[in-house]
Amino acid sequence: MTDVTEATPVARTPAPRAHPSRQGPPGEPRRVAYLYILPAFVFFAGFMAWPLLHGFWLSFYEWDGLTVGTWVGLDNYHSVLTDPELREPFLHSLILVIFFSAIPIVLGLTLAGLMMRARLRGMPFFRTVLFLPQVIAMVVVAIAWGHIYAPDGPLNDLLRTIGLDDLTHAWLGEPSWALVSVGVVGTWVGTGLCLILFLAGLSKVPRELYESARLDGAGALREFLNVGLPALRGELAVAMTLTMIAALRTFDLVYVMTPNGGPDRSTAVPSYEVYKRAFIDGEVGTAVTVAIVLTAIILVVTIGINRFAERGDEVRL
Amino acid sequence: MIQRRSIISWRRRRAMRAAAATLAVTALALAACAPGEDNDGGEEAAPSDIETNVADMGDITLTVWDQQVRGGQAESIEALNAAFMDQYPNITIDRVSRSFADLRRALRLAITGDEAPDVVQANNTRSDMGAFVQAGLLRSLDGYADVYGWNDRFPDSVRATASYSEDGSVFGEGNLYGVPQVGEVIGVWYNKAKLAQLGIEPPQTLADFEAALQTAKDAGEIPIQFGNLDQWPGIHTFGFVQNQFVNKDEIRDLGFGREGGSWTDDTNVQAANTLQDWVDAGYFTEGFNGLGYDPAWQDFAKGQGVFLVSGTWLLADLRDAMGDNLGFTLPPIGETGDLTVTGATGLPFAITENSENPDAAAAYIDFITNSDAMQTLAEAGELPVVDAGEQQVSGTQAEVYDAWATATSDNALVPYLDWGTPEAYDLITVGVQSFMGGDQSTDEFLGTLEDDYSSFVSENSGG
Repeated sequence: MTDVTEATPVARTPAPRAHPSRQGPPGEPRRVAYLYILPAFVFFAGFMAWPLLHGFWLSFYEWDGLTVGTWVGLDNYHSVLTDPELREPFLHSLILVIFFSAIPIVLGLTLAGLMMRARLRGMPFFRTVLFLPQVIAMVVVAIAWGHIYAPDGPLNDLLRTIGLDDLTHAWLGEPSWALVSVGVVGTWVGTGLCLILFLAGLSKVPRELYESARLDGAGALREFLNVGLPALRGELAVAMTLTMIAALRTFDLVYVMTPNGGPDRSTAVPSYEVYKRAFIDGEVGTAVTVAIVLTAIILVVTIGINRFAERGDEVRL
Repeated sequence: MIQRRSIISWRRRRAMRAAAATLAVTALALAACAPGEDNDGGEEAAPSDIETNVADMGDITLTVWDQQVRGGQAESIEALNAAFMDQYPNITIDRVSRSFADLRRALRLAITGDEAPDVVQANNTRSDMGAFVQAGLLRSLDGYADVYGWNDRFPDSVRATASYSEDGSVFGEGNLYGVPQVGEVIGVWYNKAKLAQLGIEPPQTLADFEAALQTAKDAGEIPIQFGNLDQWPGIHTFGFVQNQFVNKDEIRDLGFGREGGSWTDDTNVQAANTLQDWVDAGYFTEGFNGLGYDPAWQDFAKGQGVFLVSGTWLLADLRDAMGDNLGFTLPPIGETGDLTVTGATGLPFAITENSENPDAAAAYIDFITNSDAMQTLAEAGELPVVDAGEQQVSGTQAEVYDAWATATSDNALVPYLDWGTPEAYDLITVGVQSFMGGDQSTDEFLGTLEDDYSSFVSENSGG
């Protein structure tokens, strides 16, 4: 980590192949270097930076998308923090973080630990099956689970078959169940990803480490906590980043499974709120504000996770 | 090492200073103007200036945005466009068709641009047509209505659904901003075989209907097939019950967001309580709040359910599945003693302010809504907004056409309840779902709607 091999330190002696008359770093002049960046920069500026700035500007207005907007300063931000209709979607997405991120990571760790110990026959098959949800388009996932949760769907059928009639629900139509039902789908989708990541991470751990742990008398749990888990810091960070972003920006699942924000708006999430306000309600200002706040939250979360990953030591992502 | 870092940080500092400067300049430039500033107000053509001789207009391309993407709708508009271009070879119609939801989303952006389409199908509601009128993006069609006789072609109740005051604040009267091709009403679809089996007649009164529901329930049938996961069907279901208890003038006041109604008066409370009683009696599909609208009507088509309360737009699909087993009747007559039917027209065709050829656009709209066009629509299985009674149709299609003719000629049409205020759609969809699911009391349900309605009405008339 300490030796610099990728770049030559600034030298007083001119680099032989570059312009011999100039002092400075080797290679072509900096202006030429900017040219290389230009195509990507134009793309970035046009499709990322400009829309972001434009959105930032719009967030200071109350605008219906049709008539002239009114400057409202920070009012939109104020309402995101205080208006329950805008605040609740953020709380909902926090609940989704549990289902999309926390549970899959715990499940993934458990499964990976078990799978590493018990040499299962047909491992590739199980790995594929568990990873499959990641490959399917979310809209398809949403429609399929919509059928599963239908009042006459397989889930209620199953409950009735085993005599648990009292537990049947109109899952997606009841305020107390809709968000949880959507969350379970997130768990289903996310677990496979976490598992594969952790399996890959564990497979890098030298076999000898396990053996010596065993010789030292460590049980299965001890062995996993002391040998496996520390090696997974990088994978954990990746899993957390991916699943938390998936949780925070969820749109397709709630949009398809629970139209219109769900029963009593119980599944309204920030992304849905952005869509609804901008394109249906004609409240462009608040829509953009929600989007910007969401972006900021995701940014902070990602930075936080990266810090956690780096603080550890030399473990790389 | 140290030197290198200092160069990097110097570079970074410089880049950051540049970025900050750019940001500041951009912010200044942006603060100088407000979004949407380049729109200007509307104007109206006087009848004397209107050119109706399309052949003399020269070569024109009319851009038309419609949402007729399905079956009979697509078939009829394509036929009518072709006929128009045949008759006037100097006109080219550039048709852009999108589904209803896509059109709604795209229209806001398209209509504000300089390259705005000439003719658009705009949703009647305050949040769509009303907002466009307010922003001066649609033309008043009053001049054209005089020239083309649209006031005679379309009955008052139909024109009201596309009329606004010039500032967009009053809905249901004022200038005409669009005319429709088709009509739709909410009524009762029924399964003829099941009715015969249960020994009941198509219900004409509320008492008949409630007796039929009980008979069906006792026989182990689903009395009313209903799926409200999508929430909007609830508007129709509550409206259907309300039609039988609340005076139609009051429903119009509520639906158009005008002064004079009250969501919390005795008749609305009665309607809500009746709906609750029906839920408690098990007259609706079990778990209806978790069942989608499409699966619900498909289940009805497959023979699950005796009645289905929904719109005439299901005619083609249900007839394909059920054939002669399908019946349709208007809502039963209830406490008011008056026939009252929730209904409206298909999305009206309107002319944009930015259209360069409004006269040609008006001629086109006239062409696709004249009596030949109505016949084309009927042949494609659509419900023509006028002349429905004169079409040669049979079976269920005839029942639907007769129902429409009765509803319009009796002046029985009342608007959709979500039209009243900008918030109404959100409140009433969530409200009906929660109310029918047992999560809201009658007071909470109607009280929320009343708060929204009364504050909107007082703000609207005061300001």
